[in-house]
Amino acid sequence: MKQHDINRLRTDKWAKYVLLACAAFLTIIILALIVFMGQQGLQTFLDVSPLEFFFSADWNPDNGKFGAFSFIAGSILVTVFSILVGGPIGILGAIFIAKLAPKWMRNILQPAVNLYMAIPSVVYGYIGLTVVVPAVRDFFDVPIGFGVFTASLILSIMILPTVISISNDALLSVPKMLEEGSVALGATYWQTIWNIVLPAARPGIVTAVILGMARAIGETMAVQMVIGNSPRLVDSLFAPTSTLPSEIVVEMGNTPFGSTWGNSLFMMALVLLLISLLMIFVVRKISSNAEVRA
Amino acid sequence: MNAKLYDKMAKALLWGIGFLLIIILAAFLGYTLYKGLPVLSFKFIFGMPSDMEAGGGVGPQLFNTLYILFLSMAFSVVIAIGAAIYLSEYAKDTVTTRFIRLSTESLATVPSIVLGLFGMIIFVDMLGLGFSIIGGALALSLLNLPLLVRVTEEAIRAVPQTYREASLALGATKWQTICKVVLPEAFGGIVTGIMLASGRAIGESAILIFTAGTTVSRYFPDFDLSAGGETLAVHLWYVMAIGLVPDRLEIANGIGALLILVVLVINLIFILLQRKFKSA
Repeated sequence: MKQHDINRLRTDKWAKYVLLACAAFLTIIILALIVFMGQQGLQTFLDVSPLEFFFSADWNPDNGKFGAFSFIAGSILVTVFSILVGGPIGILGAIFIAKLAPKWMRNILQPAVNLYMAIPSVVYGYIGLTVVVPAVRDFFDVPIGFGVFTASLILSIMILPTVISISNDALLSVPKMLEEGSVALGATYWQTIWNIVLPAARPGIVTAVILGMARAIGETMAVQMVIGNSPRLVDSLFAPTSTLPSEIVVEMGNTPFGSTWGNSLFMMALVLLLISLLMIFVVRKISSNAEVRA
Repeated sequence: MNAKLYDKMAKALLWGIGFLLIIILAAFLGYTLYKGLPVLSFKFIFGMPSDMEAGGGVGPQLFNTLYILFLSMAFSVVIAIGAAIYLSEYAKDTVTTRFIRLSTESLATVPSIVLGLFGMIIFVDMLGLGFSIIGGALALSLLNLPLLVRVTEEAIRAVPQTYREASLALGATKWQTICKVVLPEAFGGIVTGIMLASGRAIGESAILIFTAGTTVSRYFPDFDLSAGGETLAVHLWYVMAIGLVPDRLEIANGIGALLILVVLVINLIFILLQRKFKSA
């Protein structure tokens, strides 16, 4: 064998391992994330009982009170409200783009969805702060416009691109034959969408909703700018409160690394990490179930 | 009769939603540009910031934004292409492969604030990089990776199988085939994917606050990797949340418009590339 051939075969063999290393790097990051966030976060429980952390709403680090329940409740509320508004709008928008819009309209809406995604979250938050907060205050005649309501409103717009693009993919992958069969039997356009297309695309649409929720629960900057940042349990949709990410970003800067206070913020980040991993597992479960049935 | 009525109503609703989507987007973009464009002057865009007095610029922040974006892409594009080649060309459906795919999907869903804290532990603290341009760029590359892997893998898979077969039949090794046939063919798709990822990374802030920090170098432009790495998006948040300058609303308006302009340009390039490589 010529030297040239020996070299190129050797390169060929090594290339595979270098590429595998690149791919494995992603797994290493996820494992490192879990290990480091876990190691830092779980130290909280050396000083604070898990019961207090998860179920007490008394957050007063100066007096050694580390109850994170208000933030957990805040996160859950803004996520649920934003998906209740943004979910249906996003799914209907995806139906429009995938199944009804003429070509010219699609050519506007597809870049528009990308732009929704590309608008920085600080810009969403900034518009929320300067436009939506005063508008909510005046419209509902409440003392301040900060709170769960405004945050959910902004979030429901921010999750649209996620919901739309994933639902759109799901709708497009429904075989054309199913629709044609339905129309041939005399069903109207909407009956076909409602009875045939949506059920067929359901796993993908559920995935879209879950990933939309994942986006909402992790959103930090926009929420921080409109939620009011008050570490107290939410008692009104129009009162300042906090979410897990917004509280982290507000307090991390002035917290000594390794203190109970700092650790409890890492614990909140760990909670967020585990929630997002859980959502991925649910999405996986849904798509593998769908494959089995198909 | 009812069915036809429902049908009409549903179609009207869908059209309404379509227009609503355009109107909301136009309102966001229009408002930001309307408020911010008058602020944009040469002095604002390229000037030095001021801590206390009005009239400061955002020159270093703009520089840091582009510099960190470039560095983070330099780190992540190489790894992402490697990972994407492995997943599309080599990976068989084994436990390892499935685990790697699961990791990619998971990483895409991890909230950026969590990645930011992770970057703070690893890059800022353990590697001792401090709040710096390099710390921010490394953390940001973690955020880019999953999206880049996905779009690159799609681009590589779109290369017709017959091209590979022809190359292998001529006696090329698999690696030669990948380098000389598959990658050049997928190049357009990969560049398009990089633009898409850049558009998202440029406005990212939660991941950068605790890795790149909220300060900038006294010099401009400063290529020093260990200099403070505050970006435009972080600066917008900082002046609104903590800032002391009297003209912070003006500055925020200006940064908003600047960010939107950059994002629009990147997206325009993205659309043009997409058209070019699709028609080719």
